[in-house]
Amino acid sequence: MDHDPQTGMSPTGKKPFMSDPTDSKSETRGSARTIIHIAGLHKWYGDFHVLKDINLDVEKGERIVICGPSGSGKSTLIRCINRLEEHQRGRIVVDNIELTNDIKNIEKIRAEVGMVFQHFNLFPHLSILENLTLGPIWVRKVPKAEAEQTAMYFLQKVHIADQARKYPGQLSGGQQQRVAIARSLCMKPKVMLFDEPTSALDPEMVKEVLDAMIELAEEGMTMLVVSHEMGFAKSVAHRVLFMDSGQVVEQNSPEEFFSQPRHERTKLFLSQILH
Amino acid sequence: MDVSLQQTSAMDVKPPVTSVGVLGWVRQNLFNGPLNSILTIVVVLVLVRIVPPLFKWALVDSLWTSSGAACKATTGACWSVLTHNARFILFGFYPHDQQWRPLCCVILIVGLFLYTRSPNRWSKGLAIAWGVSLVAMGILMPGGVLGLQPVEPGQWSGISLTLLLSLFGLTVAYPLGVILALGRRSRLPAIKAMSVLYIELIRGVPLISMLFMASVMFPLFLPEGITVNKILRAQAAIILFTAAYIAEVVRGGLQAVPRGQYEAAESLGLDYYQKMRLIILPQALKIVIPPTVGILVSAFKDTSLVVIIGLFDLLKTTQVTLSNPEWMGFSTEAFLFIAVLYFLGCFSMSSFSRRLEKALAR
Ligand SMILES: Nc1ncnc2c1ncn2[C@@H]1O[C@H](COP(=O)(O)OP(=O)(O)O)[C@@H](O)[C@H]1O
Ligand SMILES: [Mg+2]
Repeated sequence: MDHDPQTGMSPTGKKPFMSDPTDSKSETRGSARTIIHIAGLHKWYGDFHVLKDINLDVEKGERIVICGPSGSGKSTLIRCINRLEEHQRGRIVVDNIELTNDIKNIEKIRAEVGMVFQHFNLFPHLSILENLTLGPIWVRKVPKAEAEQTAMYFLQKVHIADQARKYPGQLSGGQQQRVAIARSLCMKPKVMLFDEPTSALDPEMVKEVLDAMIELAEEGMTMLVVSHEMGFAKSVAHRVLFMDSGQVVEQNSPEEFFSQPRHERTKLFLSQILH
Repeated sequence: MDVSLQQTSAMDVKPPVTSVGVLGWVRQNLFNGPLNSILTIVVVLVLVRIVPPLFKWALVDSLWTSSGAACKATTGACWSVLTHNARFILFGFYPHDQQWRPLCCVILIVGLFLYTRSPNRWSKGLAIAWGVSLVAMGILMPGGVLGLQPVEPGQWSGISLTLLLSLFGLTVAYPLGVILALGRRSRLPAIKAMSVLYIELIRGVPLISMLFMASVMFPLFLPEGITVNKILRAQAAIILFTAAYIAEVVRGGLQAVPRGQYEAAESLGLDYYQKMRLIILPQALKIVIPPTVGILVSAFKDTSLVVIIGLFDLLKTTQVTLSNPEWMGFSTEAFLFIAVLYFLGCFSMSSFSRRLEKALAR
């Protein structure tokens, strides 16, 4: 096992968080730069040991791409971060709040952690605008008018403001995924998790979603992205993690990771996805 | 317009005569094959035998306002049994001079229901109107306040009893059923176990026996001197019974909502109640509209079972009328009328469900 704790890489420069006209105050809470702290994490599904001793610290503004073969536990890992999955051993601290069974803490963390799913998971019975304003109105208690203003701002950012009154079923996959990204951003999250955001899309729509994510990255968002899009990883990631059978086998900067993988399993995996 | 017509005229070959117009329709739908042709002819022959005599009986030879004696002399339908006894059939033993009160209730229910049938008329105002009406009915029927003469629940009868049992039964049973369904899927073992126990117990017992229990056994458990009136007990039995069935249907709907919807709602930080109310239930309840309405329709019809515990619903007042020597023997007419009333009720409920589905379709 060689998950060296922190390879000394730090995010390139401090860029402002994505901000919008209705938001005046800036972020920063606490002094530590660490926003996600995972130590000695284990998880089992029944007898099946799906995560084995995961240690990971994510700094504010850091962008991490997680890759690895199917079934290696990538989804499970990032779903543990907002407690869509419960872990059995180890510690997860997000934004200075430790994840325990305390449901109020869990809800607090979920509000700060945006999640984008492989299958978008937009709410089909609500319009695009309602999809975006629901969280801010009910969780953040933002007034409706303000929530709609914020929603329109983020819809513009992902270039689909003209679809605001439509319903998810009327949009293409790529558009839906961009709406899903905007929906998370409306909560003004401190971290964004992406679980294979482009793998359910038709090839011609992958780019529009990646572009939206790159734009987000350029604004300094902290991102954990499960993806096999190597181009994306090379252009925005500070670190690439390789997972196999529940372990973080290798992590490195994208340049090193792709040019000189150290482990046999990593080499095998890279040779498979690059062909 | 003209230009485009000109351009396409070359391609504009008319369809063959046999596939358009009345003749085309008849050919396509009634005589498209030997079996269908034979069936069409048979049906037409049967209709020719049945319809004219029925028409003659129901309308031509019928009596509408005569006495019972005059009816016995005719071969036609005796609708007089209804016109003469309308007040008793509809309102039963409710005091004669006070029958405007159940009449108001019936008009309120039917009127509001007809208005509510178009989902595009839905508004907050309508919901308030329903709420106010329910309260008004709760005051009108028993009276005793606002200078209204008190009327014993034992005297409530006829169509007003049927409608009130149904309306109050369904409006309470539906939310109760939803809560039970949520309870059955709860993570808390105690709540889950209680919901399962309740649902399975109730579903294992026929409504008739629940009504018997409510009317015979339940009073035995009450302390001396305290009585709960019969109608309330029957109403409770209907509610408890219907809720269990609704719960099972709604559970199906909850299971049909994809996991991703639960996860997306949770990942926004919504709490359990917000998640259910805003995301899950709107989708789940929509999925199960058809089976839910099926249950409501049968609950509406099942209210007629209250006759066996001695309540005078629409069916019972009709029977009582028919046991009067003057009107004995005209049960065909009377029960036809009852059947039509029930049919109208059930049919409008199911057509309402179809409209609702269409309005919510996305
Ligand atoms: N709810 C579950 N119950 C049991 N096993 C599961 C469950 N979810 C995932 N698994 C198993 O855990 C392993 C890791 O799953 P996952 O994290 O989804 O992998 P990845 O996202 O890397 O493809 C897989 O072998 C999968 O079959
Ligand atoms: Mg996965």
